[in-house]
Amino acid sequence: MEFLYDIPVLGFVFQLLGYIITAVATTNLAPQTLQLATPVALGALCGVMNERSGIVNIGIEGMMLTAAFVGFMAAMLVDQAMPDAAPGFFGATPALVVGVLAAIGAGMLVSALHAWLSISVRADQIISGTVINIMAIGLTGYLNRLIKPQGSAGTFATFHPPDELINLPVVGWIFRMFLQVGPISMSVLILVIVLQVLLFRSRWGLRTRAVGEHPRAADTVGIDVIRLRYRNVILGGVFAGLAGAWLTLEFNASFQNGMTANRGFIALAAVIFGRWTPLGAFGGALLFMASESLGVAIRSNPPPGDLGIWLSGLQAQFPSIYNNFFSALPYVLTIIVLAGVVGRSVAPAAVGQPYVKEGAS
Amino acid sequence: MNTLRRLYALSIIPVVSIVLALLVGSVLIILSSPASQGHLDFLLPLTAYEALIEGATGFSFLNVDPAQHLSFAISFDGTLAARALTNTVAAAAPLVLTGLAVGVGFKAGLFNIGGTGQVLVGGFAAALAGAAVAHQPAPIAVTIAVICGALGGALWGFIPGALKAFTGAHEVVLTIMLNSLAALIIVGLVNDVFKISGPTFARTAGVGNATLPILFGRNGSLGVLIALAVVPIAYTLIYRTTLGFEIRTVGANPSAARYAGMSPRKLIILTMTLCGLFSGLAGTIEILGLGYYPAVFGTSIGFTGITVALLGRAHPVGILLAAILLGAMRAGAPSMQITAHIPLEIIDVIQGLILLFLAAELVIRRLLRIRADRVTPGELKSVARSYGQGNV
Repeated sequence: MEFLYDIPVLGFVFQLLGYIITAVATTNLAPQTLQLATPVALGALCGVMNERSGIVNIGIEGMMLTAAFVGFMAAMLVDQAMPDAAPGFFGATPALVVGVLAAIGAGMLVSALHAWLSISVRADQIISGTVINIMAIGLTGYLNRLIKPQGSAGTFATFHPPDELINLPVVGWIFRMFLQVGPISMSVLILVIVLQVLLFRSRWGLRTRAVGEHPRAADTVGIDVIRLRYRNVILGGVFAGLAGAWLTLEFNASFQNGMTANRGFIALAAVIFGRWTPLGAFGGALLFMASESLGVAIRSNPPPGDLGIWLSGLQAQFPSIYNNFFSALPYVLTIIVLAGVVGRSVAPAAVGQPYVKEGAS
Repeated sequence: MNTLRRLYALSIIPVVSIVLALLVGSVLIILSSPASQGHLDFLLPLTAYEALIEGATGFSFLNVDPAQHLSFAISFDGTLAARALTNTVAAAAPLVLTGLAVGVGFKAGLFNIGGTGQVLVGGFAAALAGAAVAHQPAPIAVTIAVICGALGGALWGFIPGALKAFTGAHEVVLTIMLNSLAALIIVGLVNDVFKISGPTFARTAGVGNATLPILFGRNGSLGVLIALAVVPIAYTLIYRTTLGFEIRTVGANPSAARYAGMSPRKLIILTMTLCGLFSGLAGTIEILGLGYYPAVFGTSIGFTGITVALLGRAHPVGILLAAILLGAMRAGAPSMQITAHIPLEIIDVIQGLILLFLAAELVIRRLLRIRADRVTPGELKSVARSYGQGNV
């Protein structure tokens, strides 16, 4: 292998590949990828729930932001009321659990607004999503400045699987990736599989897909299009709420204005990349955010050899550009993938079109 | 008479939305008053909005004595009013441009929420060009810097336009990604390449003679004239030229446009470039007013442009009026924060509420028994249709 490293220019590519393989096997690159992908994956599940039922949702970003704020505030208040509660499994305190529930509730509430605007009011769904995004930025920014939260309820703890499991040769990193993470990240895999099975193997899934593809036909066989759409959009808010909870109760222990950093929109790209399937969208989220976690790894633990020397030279000369390059990778990757894949990826046929029952006005 | 009816039909929903937003906003101000005042203050919205109006126009109609008693007292100070109105106009100018950047996109059925990135790239390009020509005679320096800023914004609109036209990727996600990208790239470049030594914070070199000349007041610069000049240009372009006709046709019905021999692909690229150009100009007048590009340049004019465009019904004249209103809110907000201790961010909340009521048009019509009219711009209803539909 090592002789490949000496090829000019191309050698860097092999060095990077070698670094990734070593990093996956020995460092936290794999669990970090799942962790960073969590909000995007959850946001994408919200998107799948919406778009499979024929509703465009570009308000995921705002839903996540609202949920992050509400969850954080609720957890902080409970924490102040009972500061001595002993942490349980995953470091869960009553405050954190209440925070997660509050975040989910907030996600569902904002989703209910989106459902009402898109289904009943029949507003343009992209405008409705924009309303939610702008409202979320305004309201959370206003309340955050007004309340100036002091302290926090902390975060969930990362689970530590048995050493024998994660140190297994060749496959150890897989266990680390899915087990050596916080509870919300861990729940993602389960949620993805459950939603994938339900969507393609259950009566609810069949009906949802019918409503998203051809609501008129679904209506004629007795499916209540309006009710199913309402239910799915509001349930989708659960995922956006969990994504928000991840931001302030698992990954960070604080709330900052605009902390979602467009993850809700990367989630939309993940939905398209995954062709509107939960499993595919999860793959998209992992792909987009792997670049960020690789950046984190390289910055904290630079690769050895020529590549490392070259990178640290760059870092010394252009520290800000160097840092921002890695932060920008998920956005660049999203643009490239979106531009490359979308022409061959077909959305549910009725997406974006409000449904009007025959005979009604 | 007919014109009046038409005006009424066009403006009733925006006006009702603004009033409802202010009402709901005042409920929020009352509910959150314990956090800002220490007790539930039912008169707080009144003092807050009064401070807002005073900050934006210099016109005051309330008097609060030391014992917190309110009395109505109309006062008007010419100097104060001139300063306040100049602030309002200066704040409105970039909003006219970012509003057009969204509104013109709507005409073609495109939703350009990339205003933020286009503003940054435009402003950055103007700052670099301005620094390069800083010692040329002012008319030449300003012209070159403004053109470069507009072109920078146009580039940041062209990219998503071309990507959408050739790959079918939706412009909403593309432009949002480009917003983040522009911010990261420019911050990196300012910090590492274009930073000048001297100031305590990272910023580019001064633009010297390319600084926009002040025409009136303390900050009424040439930028105001530029923004005002673009309104009739945009109107003529959209409603009086073949290109404008083609843009509107593509927005109303892409297949009809194709059968009529127009190229939706070309029009999408052109429209997005044009939208970027408008946003770029907005960033340009902000930066050339400031005189340099600071690494930390947080601006919300790109996002506010969405509210401006929707409130102005995507019509150049409506956008001008909406921009003046939102400019007044931005100009008056600091005085509201000082007088009534309400965070500036309440402006964003009210903006969101205005949008909410605009989106809920059908509900407002039913509640107030306003009949649907035939002049409602249909363009606004067609944005979501294009979502996920792949190639154009």
